[in-house]
Amino acid sequence: MADAVVAEGLSKRYGSVWALDGLDLAVPEGSVLGLLGPNGAGKTTTVRILATLLRPDHGRAWVSGIDVAKEPQQVRRRIGLSGQYAAVDENLTGYENLEMIGRLYHIGKGQARERANELLERFELTDAATRPVKTYSGGMRRRLDLAGALITSPPVIFLDEPTTGLDLRSRMGMWDIINERARAGSTLLLTTQYLEEADRLADDIVVLDRGRAIAHGTPDELKLQIGGERLEVVLENRNEAEIVAQMLSEVGGESTVDSEAHRVVVQVTGTAAGTLAEAVRHLDKAGIEPVDIGIRKPSLDDVFLRLTGQAAA
Amino acid sequence: MTTATTQAPRLPAVLDVFVTALHDGWVVTKRNLIKIKRIPDLLIFSTIQPIMFVLLFAYVFGGAIQVPGVNYREYLMPGIFVQTVAFGSALTAVGLADDLQKGIVDRFRALPMSRAAVLVGRTTSDLLNNVLVTVVMSLTGLLVGWRIHTGFWPGFAGYLLLFLFGYAMSWISAVIGLSVRSVEIAQSAGFIWLFPVTFLSNAFVAIDTMPSWLQPVANWNPISAVVLALRDLWGNAPEGLARGTGYPADHPVQLSLIWCALILVAFIPLAIARYRRSASR
Repeated sequence: MADAVVAEGLSKRYGSVWALDGLDLAVPEGSVLGLLGPNGAGKTTTVRILATLLRPDHGRAWVSGIDVAKEPQQVRRRIGLSGQYAAVDENLTGYENLEMIGRLYHIGKGQARERANELLERFELTDAATRPVKTYSGGMRRRLDLAGALITSPPVIFLDEPTTGLDLRSRMGMWDIINERARAGSTLLLTTQYLEEADRLADDIVVLDRGRAIAHGTPDELKLQIGGERLEVVLENRNEAEIVAQMLSEVGGESTVDSEAHRVVVQVTGTAAGTLAEAVRHLDKAGIEPVDIGIRKPSLDDVFLRLTGQAAA
Repeated sequence: MTTATTQAPRLPAVLDVFVTALHDGWVVTKRNLIKIKRIPDLLIFSTIQPIMFVLLFAYVFGGAIQVPGVNYREYLMPGIFVQTVAFGSALTAVGLADDLQKGIVDRFRALPMSRAAVLVGRTTSDLLNNVLVTVVMSLTGLLVGWRIHTGFWPGFAGYLLLFLFGYAMSWISAVIGLSVRSVEIAQSAGFIWLFPVTFLSNAFVAIDTMPSWLQPVANWNPISAVVLALRDLWGNAPEGLARGTGYPADHPVQLSLIWCALILVAFIPLAIARYRRSASR
């Protein structure tokens, strides 16, 4: 399958800092690429270059085979962009925002109105459609901003940290919408600071650090590389921790003991719930009551610790 | 994406660019006007200011200077009009800086719309704001005794010239708004340079009262040209009043038009170039 988005050796310098330092990307048509990284890794810079907002110092990029720097206007017809800070007009209503964006994509007045109403309904904003956006919650603004990117059902969609700062419920709502777009065949490139989000949404993940790709793979490949979910048990004392570590080596994979914190960490090999239940049974049988026990998902920090030996900046 | 608008027979490229700029510019203008509708306070304050100016100048300065045979209050009025319109155009800087700061310009720049549309829309809505302010100012002026003595067409021509000048000034203001990093800076940078420019003119005092080295500056100042043109077009410049010297004194309307053209020719491309490069972050 052809690649909808390609970047070769993208570099961008701000002063003496390389925001991007020779980044290569390829997003196959109809797939979702997650750009994962901490603040300052170069995620937003990448999106801004691909969306024609910024020119790279070196390197080239193509969207649907069109050179981003040479024919930006052609690229703009084929992309939708939803940014980190919801760029909707506070003084316009939700409907007016979407209709205006449709008109500026030149899809005609009638179609702009039709699409605006369709998207407001799909994004559960119909009740708020005639209210100025300044009365919207953060989650509603993000949904409206995303709707703006989808007005023309563009083949390629860039989402820059679509859920940063949202509460869990709004975040899950956004995930549904994004997954729906992906199933509809759009090519998506999204940036995120959350491993969980990349895992849920992306077919492929590129981990960025200081403007470079430091890892690339499917979510499963990456999780294998960094270790997936793990069981953590905190005990009363060091002695108990040693015993439990021994005991739980049968429950999961590799186990490690932090003797200072009396904490035992076991890699989950089966299902998380099964592992947890079995661990509890073992502890019960031995008559040991843990201070804390639970399943921990790897965080961005874990990814970085594994890949770079340093915590995320 | 191919759409109905692009299926029509292809216009020559230059015309196409122009038509798209007008279409998109109008979409953005409407967006800006909706803001005025939604925040009526903006309108109230932008009309209070000209009323206040007319009354202050009419009653504070108007009585201070006695020129035999001259209605000084009436003489002042074109100066107040031009000053108010020039200050009104400073809103362009504030509006653009606001859009940049809020990321709206990024959204626009990622759309396949005309590169000039945001600027055309902003300057157009600020022009309409200036028209409204001028209507309010004119009514207030009539109340304090100001009149157009020449007739409908010269009077109308005076208004057109005033609006053209305000529009041209908006493009200078646009360059300022796109060059600064925040609304707060735009609010002072957009206005501050207008004080020397408006006061180093014939708007409120006769140029021959200034030090001789300043007189040529005031004489050729575009503000002086427009003020004098309005005084002539509206019959507010009585015989025997100091008008400055040379070409600016003899052909104020011509000089005003030349100034407007020069400003537009210089600042429209500059503003568009700035817009293309502008990045909010």
